[in-house]
Amino acid sequence: MDFDLSDDQRLLKDSVERLIADKYGFENRKKYMQQPDGWSREIWAQLAELGLLGLPFAEQYGGFGGGSVETMLVMEAFGHGLVLEPYVSTVVLGGGLIRGLGSAAQQAAILPAIAEGKRLLAFAHVERHSRYDLFDVVTTAKREGTGWTLNGAKSVVLHGDSADQFLVTARIAGGQRARDGIGLFLVDAKGAGVSRRGYPTQDGLRAAEVTLSGAAGEAVGDPGAALPGIEHAVDRTIAALCAEAVGVMASMQELTLDYLKTRKQFGRAIGEFQVLQHRAVDMLIAEEQARSMALFATVMADEINPVERTRAIAAAKVQIGRSGRHVGQECIQLHGGIGMTMEYKAGHYFKRMTMIDKLYGDADQHLTTLAKLGGLFGAAA
Amino acid sequence: MDLTFTEEERAFRAEARRFFRSEVPESIRRKVTEGIDLTKEDIVTSHRILNARGWATPNWPVEWGGQNWSPVQLYLYQDEMQQAGVPGPLAFNVSMVGPVIAQFGNEATKRRFLARAANLDDWWCQGFSEPGSGSDLASLRTTAKRVGDKYIVNGQKTWTTLAQHADWIFCLVRTDPAAKKQEGISFILIDMTTKGITRRPIQTIDGGHEVNEVFFDEVEVPAENLVGEENKGWDYAKFLLGHERTSIARVGQSKAQVARIKRLASLERAGEGRLIDDLRFQEKLAAVEVELKALEMTQLRVVAAARHQVKGKPDPASSILKIKGSDIQQVLTELVMDVVGPYVLPYQSPEDGSNEPPVGPDYAVGAAPSYFNDRKVSIYGGSNEIQRNIIAKAILGL
Ligand SMILES: Cc1cc2nc3c(=O)[nH]c(=O)nc-3n(C[C@H](O)[C@H](O)[C@H](O)COP(=O)(O)OP(=O)(O)OC[C@H]3O[C@@H](n4cnc5c(N)ncnc54)[C@H](O)[C@@H]3O)c2cc1C
Repeated sequence: MDFDLSDDQRLLKDSVERLIADKYGFENRKKYMQQPDGWSREIWAQLAELGLLGLPFAEQYGGFGGGSVETMLVMEAFGHGLVLEPYVSTVVLGGGLIRGLGSAAQQAAILPAIAEGKRLLAFAHVERHSRYDLFDVVTTAKREGTGWTLNGAKSVVLHGDSADQFLVTARIAGGQRARDGIGLFLVDAKGAGVSRRGYPTQDGLRAAEVTLSGAAGEAVGDPGAALPGIEHAVDRTIAALCAEAVGVMASMQELTLDYLKTRKQFGRAIGEFQVLQHRAVDMLIAEEQARSMALFATVMADEINPVERTRAIAAAKVQIGRSGRHVGQECIQLHGGIGMTMEYKAGHYFKRMTMIDKLYGDADQHLTTLAKLGGLFGAAA
Repeated sequence: MDLTFTEEERAFRAEARRFFRSEVPESIRRKVTEGIDLTKEDIVTSHRILNARGWATPNWPVEWGGQNWSPVQLYLYQDEMQQAGVPGPLAFNVSMVGPVIAQFGNEATKRRFLARAANLDDWWCQGFSEPGSGSDLASLRTTAKRVGDKYIVNGQKTWTTLAQHADWIFCLVRTDPAAKKQEGISFILIDMTTKGITRRPIQTIDGGHEVNEVFFDEVEVPAENLVGEENKGWDYAKFLLGHERTSIARVGQSKAQVARIKRLASLERAGEGRLIDDLRFQEKLAAVEVELKALEMTQLRVVAAARHQVKGKPDPASSILKIKGSDIQQVLTELVMDVVGPYVLPYQSPEDGSNEPPVGPDYAVGAAPSYFNDRKVSIYGGSNEIQRNIIAKAILGL
């Protein structure tokens, strides 16, 4: 049993944390948000330089061959900084889909470009009534010559407004909620028949509505059986988001603790009120439970057995959702009025935390998934 | 023990329901239920419709436009108003400054301000909190120094709700720096157009502009704007905060939210069926309904007991209503987010003036902002921690 990081991992952690401390202060973040993309191309270039954009890719594709622990370290630091850049969309999820499902030629064409900071991807799967179900797909793909033609509308495509290419789920056969017959298609964001409408999300990041009318697509993986690969890439993404959430929670915990020590009412620091001490303790416990489950998700993210992996990832997302809700609400409450303002950082963490719960299934949805799989521990004989 | 309303009370409820739903424009009521910010004009319009019927200030003394209603009638009025999504008459006018002036002001002050406040001819805002004085309000530092027939006011108020619309502000100010905290405070009325007053907007995390900072730099206020006696302001403030016994539970508003959530959940698909038919969702909502019913019963017990109590004296039971009522309001905003699922994410300002259709269903627009904004209900008006302190002391004797 060993929770220690290797030397390389410690180095990675230090360098990412330094980058965030130096470049991602609250004021800087506001400026990045004002950039045309809603995030900073300059930061993106620095992430490329540090090798972070190729972190999970094999060396032959210009990557570092990092595993899920490396991704976790980066994401936790990003949580502290409330990073706006499309790292999850492009590297973790986009790159993960290409890595898991793409042909050697596709990997060779796309992964090095991502690693160099020259290619942005976005995963387009949500539809008007799909909620969080990846297999609920109405968008269609039809074979035409050597390629595919896509028709449909995708919603809340994270970082879809700046993406160069979309990775679109589309149906080549079967009913709306059939697990079979789903393919993943690369679609050029500027191609004919593709239109998009970008907007900010509640946490200050970006997303887009994407419409496909006769858009040309290139299949990634088996177009009739892409779902298991998609699910694995999404599970890895959830693990990464859990790590980000831990960074967000830890920041809220720190801010609150600081505030309790400095805010004076009734002639003393409010942290001297025992009732508030206990509230801070409960925040810490919630955060520690979340951290433990984020670690669990990290080690299980590469699990090949889909049932075991799904159990673990669902459990982690439940814990993250619940802990995050608790820590976030308490962070605002214990700050009083100041926690409610845009000018102060706490509210921004709270908003990001709230949105993380809504990505790739909320706590309720994952709880049902886990319950239906019989929970985490076996029954007595 | 009889939990039914009398025939007259039932008739009154029916009349209130008809009035609120037929007289107050639907467009305004819909905004309230959907958590979309009201414009100044919306608030004024709705307030004046109520006042035209004498229903903006039912709790005032009769000679100043009150209705002399029983506590039950007052409850029914609020319940129907909230369920219909009618914005309450501006609280700063009708529940705060009005009752204080009516109770403690002199004749001239009453004649000058009460009718205008009732009709929202003057928009009032509340200048109590300061950067250093929130829960510990009595530590406030804004000063008013008597010079001849004027007070000179210096200092800063903050979190001043809707001060951007206000014509007047009622303030707690320190008039005797030497006295014990609570004993050197006065209650004074200040014209917002007076020289030396600056307002600065504070943006809240939902993106809205609802609160402000208000700065006072050598502001001259006529001495006649003092309410009641100098250095008695703390008593008046306590009277003000204890005035609203039961409406803070917001039971009617929460009932309207439950109804709305049920309607929206029937429009959303979940899996093979509709969200409203999903057992997990049903149970989650039903659990809140149980809490809400319990709160309603508790509120009715407080209403019934109010018959035997001295008017204007704060009832510590109202702290129970505040805590539970705010909890329920907040949980319901989470359920609305559950309903809209991934469509929680897009940030869409309802008043950005664009003609583009909303992303996703139109009811998703306010889901996250309402959740963010409603964090306030457990912070303001005496935070839920302060309410618990009150209960511990006043009810439990700890
Ligand atoms: C949206 C909004 C609108 C508002 N509108 C107005 C307005 O129009 N006019 C106005 O005057 N004010 C207004 N307020 C101010 C509001 O009344 C204060 O925010 C409130 O009194 C809390 O004060 P504070 O924010 O300074 O928090 P603090 O008092 O600093 O409290 C911070 C935390 O410590 C806790 N705490 C403090 N003391 C104790 C204690 N003794 N025991 C246990 N816990 C304690 C609090 O509960 C809170 O969780 C508004 C606030 C908000 C958020």
